[in-house]
Amino acid sequence: MNIRKTAILAAATSAIAMGAAVGAAHADTIKMAFIDPLSGPMGPSGEAAYTSFQLAAEHINANGGVNGDMIEVTGYDNKVDPKESLVQLQKAIDDGARFIFQGNGSSVAAAIIEAVNKHNARNPGEEVLFFNYAAVTPAFTNEMCSFWHFRFDAHADMKMAAITDWIKSHDEIKKVYLIGQDYVFGQAVAAAAEAQLTEKRPDIEIVGNELHPLAKVTDFTPYIQKIISSGADAVITGNWGADMQLLMKAAAESGSEIPYLTFYGGSKGAVSALAEGGVNRLYQVSEGITNIEASPEQNALIEEYKQRFPDYDYYYHRAFMAMNMFDAAAEAAGSVEPIAVAKAMEGLTIEGAYGPFTMRADDHQVQQNLYISTVADGVTYPVDNTTFGWTLVDQGTIEAAAAEQPTTCEMERPE
Amino acid sequence: METIVFALLNGVIYGLLLFMLSSGLTLIFSMMGVLNFAHASFYMLGAYFAYTIMGATSFWIALFLAPVLVGLVGAVVERYGLRRVHANGHVAELLFTFGLAYLIEEIVKIIWGKTSVDYRIPDLLNFPAFTVYGASFPAYRMFMLFVAISMLVGLWLLLKKTRAGLIIQAALSHPNMVGHLGHNVPLIFMTVFGIGCALAGLAGVIAGNIFVTDPAMAIQMGPIVFVVVVVGGIGSLEGAFLASLLIGLLQNFAVGINASFADIFGFLGLTEAMEVGQINISSLGPMLPFLLLVLILIFRPRGLMGEKEL
Repeated sequence: MNIRKTAILAAATSAIAMGAAVGAAHADTIKMAFIDPLSGPMGPSGEAAYTSFQLAAEHINANGGVNGDMIEVTGYDNKVDPKESLVQLQKAIDDGARFIFQGNGSSVAAAIIEAVNKHNARNPGEEVLFFNYAAVTPAFTNEMCSFWHFRFDAHADMKMAAITDWIKSHDEIKKVYLIGQDYVFGQAVAAAAEAQLTEKRPDIEIVGNELHPLAKVTDFTPYIQKIISSGADAVITGNWGADMQLLMKAAAESGSEIPYLTFYGGSKGAVSALAEGGVNRLYQVSEGITNIEASPEQNALIEEYKQRFPDYDYYYHRAFMAMNMFDAAAEAAGSVEPIAVAKAMEGLTIEGAYGPFTMRADDHQVQQNLYISTVADGVTYPVDNTTFGWTLVDQGTIEAAAAEQPTTCEMERPE
Repeated sequence: METIVFALLNGVIYGLLLFMLSSGLTLIFSMMGVLNFAHASFYMLGAYFAYTIMGATSFWIALFLAPVLVGLVGAVVERYGLRRVHANGHVAELLFTFGLAYLIEEIVKIIWGKTSVDYRIPDLLNFPAFTVYGASFPAYRMFMLFVAISMLVGLWLLLKKTRAGLIIQAALSHPNMVGHLGHNVPLIFMTVFGIGCALAGLAGVIAGNIFVTDPAMAIQMGPIVFVVVVVGGIGSLEGAFLASLLIGLLQNFAVGINASFADIFGFLGLTEAMEVGQINISSLGPMLPFLLLVLILIFRPRGLMGEKEL
């Protein structure tokens, strides 16, 4: 009796489940894969972006979706390992994802670009697009550029131009120290800094050019002491994730007052590591900060994000912009087929809370305003659950046109 | 000059921390005859326990309670896991500790999450102790030094100056004889395993907040600890002490050196233009312990102070 009851129940449940599955397949879902670290030392960097993409997708879905279809973002943990990423990429494609988000680690992005190029050449009609939201090695939109790759973050040369312009207007800086992560991105940052400083401020002496292993150093104290003994007036770093947080932890301990000009000072934990020591000392270049004037909708979004994900702060503005740009392109094309979306995205401009985003057609490099900010106390939107947050520096706004850099890309387009 | 002073200070502190981990490992090795792959996992547990206890009470309670808890976990693992596996030989023991390391990591991920936790140094110790050459030296690091030295002295007194220490030493090398004299050898083994784990736990408590407390910290620390034990000579506490300091200093000094291969091996015709010539000594820092491991295994297989060959 009992067994029969269970059997009937099981049959009923599976029938419902099957019905639900059929129903879900009917109302089309646009599957997107988010491939980035979701565990380990770089986990917080991935998690903060993943939550941003999810919230962005929820907003689009709540407003009727993309041409009526719903977006579904699934996370795949790649542990910042290129090999693992390719396994996860294949898994994502097998799961039906046609749009891939990745950003943490240019070594990973390079592997994905190559894999996507190959996949698309071998599987016509089943193309996938790669939306890169943070891997900023300039080569990806220059000599390595690909029709299937779109970058939603300013690349290293663009961000470095903002930093070196700032240094240009600060005559008291005579000695600069470069420290970065030892892989393709860190090397690109160091090269950009050297080239641009020599051009803009030939009098500046580069007193150190240090590369340390990626996500391996637990104690940056010896590096900080080296920086102090070099007599540097400023440090430029492209460090992100745990490498940024730990560098700042060691800097705070040392009590030195050397300013840090960073790409990713907004990495979780960096501001809380320095606290009041970060004021006018930690600087970052980003596509938007929460404490500049914006629409009430944007401020509501910032608050909603913080409320939903109290461990993180609204940082990945570009994640929301990337999602919105996908939405706009798919609606303009009237399709969610990757090639149609890609073509509609070329040259597309969308309005954002901190200025417009334009996808340059020549190289698929987004053009947007950049902002130089530093840490301040008592701001509207503090970060890291402290009272400190980011505030714009004097003349810290770089208009998109000024931030633009030339490209050497010669893109091959399908048909 | 300042480079030397700082490298010396940091190197000694890091070295003592390594010793805290490797002393337990080397004792356990003498006992089991195989390396405990899960040893660094107890280091991680120490940090996580301290984080949780500190959240509920204070750092000072965590400092004492967390290592004790880790020691108890270790004792339970020995009593109900390793002791049974021991009957099946060394390979089974090795595989057991290997599996245990993964198990602990996954459990930590389930309980505390996949990313790092915000384990901070206590406010009481959050001030610069002194300033040398324009850089301040945090009081917490001096505290680490103090804890490590206290532990070193305590362990030495326990093993060399007490009757219990004599029995432990005897049981490690001649368990059957000690058993025949009427001592409870399995209990001694359980205690040694527990103490070894508690020491690793203590290292986790004092290092977790100055570095990072995340599920990867065991994997990050594990290989270095093995290097210390092998370089020092397996089963030798004195050797582990020497090797810990050596590796601590080596890593810190390497970072401070600006020379490249071209500068050092220039007489061999190496120049900056060559790929090999561009390699910087400071970027080799993390690799040096493993280079040392390879060299020791080739030229002195019994380690610095070890009595038997591996």
